[in-house]
Amino acid sequence: MDDLDRRIITATQAGLPLVKEPYQAIAQQLNIEPELLQQRMQIMLEQGQIRRIGAVPNHYKLGYRANAMSVWNVPDEMIAELGHQLGALSFVSHCYERPRFLPEWPYNLFAMLHGKSKHEVAEKVQEIINLLGEHCAGYELLYSKNILKKTGLRLKN
Amino acid sequence: MFTALEKQLLNDYQQGMPLVSEPYSEIAREINLKGFSVTEQEIIDSLSSLKERGMISRVGPVFKPNSIGVSTLAAIAVPANRVDEVANIVSAFSQVNHNYEREHQFNLWFVVTASSQNEVEQVLEAIELQAGLSVMNLPMEQDYHIDLGFPLWC
Repeated sequence: MDDLDRRIITATQAGLPLVKEPYQAIAQQLNIEPELLQQRMQIMLEQGQIRRIGAVPNHYKLGYRANAMSVWNVPDEMIAELGHQLGALSFVSHCYERPRFLPEWPYNLFAMLHGKSKHEVAEKVQEIINLLGEHCAGYELLYSKNILKKTGLRLKN
Repeated sequence: MFTALEKQLLNDYQQGMPLVSEPYSEIAREINLKGFSVTEQEIIDSLSSLKERGMISRVGPVFKPNSIGVSTLAAIAVPANRVDEVANIVSAFSQVNHNYEREHQFNLWFVVTASSQNEVEQVLEAIELQAGLSVMNLPMEQDYHIDLGFPLWC
């Protein structure tokens, strides 16, 4: 990742313009050839810095009004295996390992769950409980009550 | 609520948008193979309408967390009578890009994104100082999610 890649990220993180030739428009802004921009983005896609290119849905507006952050306490030696299993579930939009913060916070695996109702989310939770089985030493669900601030990633140069 | 074309776009193009000079024309070509008969302009108009209505936040690349910059998830257990006040302190930082009130003893959850680890720590310290409350810092250690978009009408 070099300076040009960083400039490309900064120029595209808020989205591509909805015009006939969006890469041409971004390239012009960056003062580079569109072919170079596409090449660099292709490489970032292959290397995983870009996870996907497409329409980014707003879950809440699309009717997925029940959004819970589920947090799980699983054994450290199992977390990679269990994390990959949770991360592959279709209703999980983010799945991260994070440090515990003892004694108040024993949870090391975070999975964001989305459903049309709390009832639907509860069903998904049961699915995870079944999947984790004896490896689950505890969990909690934190429903969002208020979105106080939400802006996309906006890093300046 | 959605036209057939909008549903198809939402289902099929959360990923895999063609990386070619005229991607919306390519999408029209691909979608027409599935029984549609649409033009490039209709694709652009549909996506623009979804965006204007807030159904999608944008069309473009989704970057891996921490590709550039450093971020962390942090939480504070705020006394019930101080939630608004502390939430405002937190939201006022430009480095805070998400701030949620959640139903838990740790009731304020926010993401801090900055250009360096040092800057992230400075923001957390400044929040602790201004709020007079301690911050639980939970940086991501591993990302397990396979991001294929979100199934909507599958």
